[in-house]
Amino acid sequence: MARMDAVSKKTVAKIEKLAESVVRAVKGGANPFVEIPVRSLANVRFNEKKRVVELGNQRQKRYFFNVSMAKKFMQTFLVSDACKELIESGKTTSIRDLYYITKHTIGDSKQNTFEEQDESDPIIEDIEVALDTLREELHLFASRKGTMVGPITIRDSGDTIDLRRMGSGGWGVPSIVEENVIQFGRHEAKYVLLVEKDAVWSRFNEDKFWKRQNAIIIHGGGQPPRGVRRMVQRLHRELKLPVYVLVDNDPWGFYIYSVVKQGSINLAFESMRMAVPDARFIGLSSFDKVAYKLPSNVAIKMDDGDVARARQMLAYPWFQAKQWQREIQEMVKSGVKFELEALSRRGISFITEEYLPTKLREKDWIA
Amino acid sequence: MAAKAARADQGQRQLELVAVAPVPPAAEPRFAAPPEAEPRRPKRRATAEQMATRQREISISEFFTKNRHLLGFDNPSKALLTTIKEAVDNSLDACEEAGILPEISIEVRDLGFEKSGELTKGEGRFVVAVEDNGPGIVKAQAPKIFGKLLYGSKFHRLKQSRGQQGIGISAAAMYGQLTTGQPIRVVSRTGKGKPTHSFDIQIDTRKNSPVVTRDEELPDWHQEHGTLVELEIVANWQAGQKFVNRYVEHTALANPHCTVHYVRPKQHRLSFPRATQELPKEALEILPHPHGVELGALMTMAGDSTSHDVKGFLQTSFSRVSSQVASEILRNASLKERLRPRQIAADRDLAAKLHAGIQATKIMAPPVNCLSPIGDALMRQGLVSFLSVIETEGPEGDDGQLDLDQVAKKKGKGKARAKEAPPPEPVETEAEEGVEKIKGHDYFIATVTRPPRVYRGNPFQVEVGLAYGGSWPADKPVELFRFANRVPLLFQRSACGITEAVVKTDWRNYLLSHPKGSLPVGPMALLVHIASVWVPFTSESKEAVAHYPEILKEIQLAAQECGRKLAAHIRKRQHADYQAQRRSIFELYIHEVAQAIGKIVGRSPDPIRREFMRVAGKVTEADLAAQDAKQEEGG
Repeated sequence: MARMDAVSKKTVAKIEKLAESVVRAVKGGANPFVEIPVRSLANVRFNEKKRVVELGNQRQKRYFFNVSMAKKFMQTFLVSDACKELIESGKTTSIRDLYYITKHTIGDSKQNTFEEQDESDPIIEDIEVALDTLREELHLFASRKGTMVGPITIRDSGDTIDLRRMGSGGWGVPSIVEENVIQFGRHEAKYVLLVEKDAVWSRFNEDKFWKRQNAIIIHGGGQPPRGVRRMVQRLHRELKLPVYVLVDNDPWGFYIYSVVKQGSINLAFESMRMAVPDARFIGLSSFDKVAYKLPSNVAIKMDDGDVARARQMLAYPWFQAKQWQREIQEMVKSGVKFELEALSRRGISFITEEYLPTKLREKDWIA
Repeated sequence: MAAKAARADQGQRQLELVAVAPVPPAAEPRFAAPPEAEPRRPKRRATAEQMATRQREISISEFFTKNRHLLGFDNPSKALLTTIKEAVDNSLDACEEAGILPEISIEVRDLGFEKSGELTKGEGRFVVAVEDNGPGIVKAQAPKIFGKLLYGSKFHRLKQSRGQQGIGISAAAMYGQLTTGQPIRVVSRTGKGKPTHSFDIQIDTRKNSPVVTRDEELPDWHQEHGTLVELEIVANWQAGQKFVNRYVEHTALANPHCTVHYVRPKQHRLSFPRATQELPKEALEILPHPHGVELGALMTMAGDSTSHDVKGFLQTSFSRVSSQVASEILRNASLKERLRPRQIAADRDLAAKLHAGIQATKIMAPPVNCLSPIGDALMRQGLVSFLSVIETEGPEGDDGQLDLDQVAKKKGKGKARAKEAPPPEPVETEAEEGVEKIKGHDYFIATVTRPPRVYRGNPFQVEVGLAYGGSWPADKPVELFRFANRVPLLFQRSACGITEAVVKTDWRNYLLSHPKGSLPVGPMALLVHIASVWVPFTSESKEAVAHYPEILKEIQLAAQECGRKLAAHIRKRQHADYQAQRRSIFELYIHEVAQAIGKIVGRSPDPIRREFMRVAGKVTEADLAAQDAKQEEGG
């Protein structure tokens, strides 16, 4: 853990530097501020060369002496202080825990430092970008979400785990999957399959799809958390495994794919660590309903929100590829969406025995 | 009470009608005239002779009894107010005419209470006593002033004066006499070394003439000069006191040069000290303006004229009529200059021609120096003085009604009541102009006096004052105080042109909430005063101002001007509130920030907090103004 110590020292130094800058500003009679890169669509751009979403240069100054910013300024330092303590004591905790650590009533007022966890989570992300540090370097993790199974042996915090023997539950992917925590061992995997949800993953697991196909199957419970995304990237980069993404045929599913592929707007600063630009969209395509003879009664009508979201996505620079425009336009045109479970209409294991093998064989994916 | 002579003409005009009422029966052929021949003639019911037997003289008292509502004596509670009003208006007019700073004492005594120790519930016998330090009344005049209904002013006297009810103190005396049988009692002295006279005066209601039933000289009286009038009347204090209270308050408000003492049954004496030592500018009498004269009046004036010819009549009887203008009028009327005024008076057609000629001629607006407005500064002082009494005396006890009905119940019950409200100390001006601190409450006061204007040949002038904040309730409609020639108008608020003008002004522009078609809502009292030689009232009861567009417009302009001042104040206050709120937010957070940063950098948080506080003082002022500006642009 010697390397970690060096990282920790560096992180602590960054926090101290931030606090010192405030002390200096106040001493000089100035309105103190924290400079934070803006995390919104306006400040992300698609790097065509690297094929990832990147954070732009826009920065926003968070002043203390500004009514709308004062509270956030205060919160920023409460969280910074708590993180520094965590790092120095060598402990790691959840972001929910951090919320409780930093929450208290201010003075004799009726106000709390934080009312909801919704308030503290963005502050953590603010500090990550402001200090150019990673969440795990702040000794924080999000709640675990996501499961993995496949022909691979890993080491997790010193324990050897054979992912071929995980039973029906699979291995829970931790929030922090950095090299110092997780190391890869022997494997026979040929590719990684990321599915959108738990239920579909269970089908693949029960059918021992990973065994037949020599695939690592992993799900992220909807929008995959950082741990899952980082894990997928490491499998792709370090083991040179191609990544296939299987999601619902709806705007939300498409967006999950795009986040896996090139990063999200909110965490654009983490794209380089998490994006898999080569990830392939294997399904469910808007054209599969015809190709795989899905009856129209398993379709779900798109609501206004879906259509609006789809239109929005048509405009994203990273959805400009012809194939994607076709996909989305077809969805909007037909006005219906499909869940992966719709394939079960053709048989309970249709998805694992016919659909996916066929798609892979015919290279029917979008890259 | 020489003010009888200064009585306004409006009321007098009505009395003229009373005067002509007892006409000999034979002179009334019109009523008895047989109907004209028509296809189906109704059956005759009575002959002229039969009818003549029923026609007889109407006595003043009968007329009064039947028409008391026209004169403000509708019911015992209103009669109480009217009686006080007549006496007070007379006193004020007399003092002003004589050039004396008025000090008036108004006392209401409950005879039932004095006898039994319990306040009279509902109707009962009361004594109203009004005393002034005016010039006093010459002995020979007193009986006529108080005991004859039609004694007093000239019809064409055009002068700004009170006399709203017009009929005067003698009507009150008659009311007292009719209801209690008691004569009016007058004590008067005209100066040091002069005797003090005391009279009881009754009215012979058949002859409309005074009868002095008691006349004596008092050995001593505490007033060097002045008049005391005492009337015993049937009244209803329980129901009427709120009107009287309001009248007294508002009279004090609109007459800041006057000290008013107010003594009520079972209550402490209350005083409104004068706010200024300056008498109002004397209202000058002017000749009527030709454009304001009606046909009948024109004929009467012509009859009264001593001029040789009609041109001379026009020049001497009207204002703004020069020889040139008179000639033009006559040219427009196609009348000869040599015509005698007598001929005009006698010939309706000639008079109509002349009247038309006058209307067709462009004539300079009447002189406006005849008006005596309260004035900006005095209106403000009046408001401050008024508010300090209200704040001191405010709603205390259960029957201490000198409240502004809805003023918050802010007073400690046990608080010792000041014997006399302290005079309005020259209030230390706050940082903001126009804000007065009155008994710990901040009031923003704005006043506007418009330049004089003319409607239908009558000069008039509008004044508006407002007092915002303090103890006024924020969720109620504003209090509207209406005045005409310094006399409070207490009834028929919704029928009044003043109310209409205020309602039609869009107060939302001035940051008050304003439900459509009603008064704005907010912690505010609004004072509107119309001064004129002839205030147009909607009815004989003279409680509401007529809706003349010229007058409404002036009121609105004045209200808008006041409103703009108000809006500036409200904005400033909102800004100040915002600043304070902001500062407290910062102070709240500074502690936390200093604590956290202190821990991070490994130093004591105290010096860091001090540094923050130091910057807070600086930053909240300057930098935030810039932030606000930016925010306003953006939002």
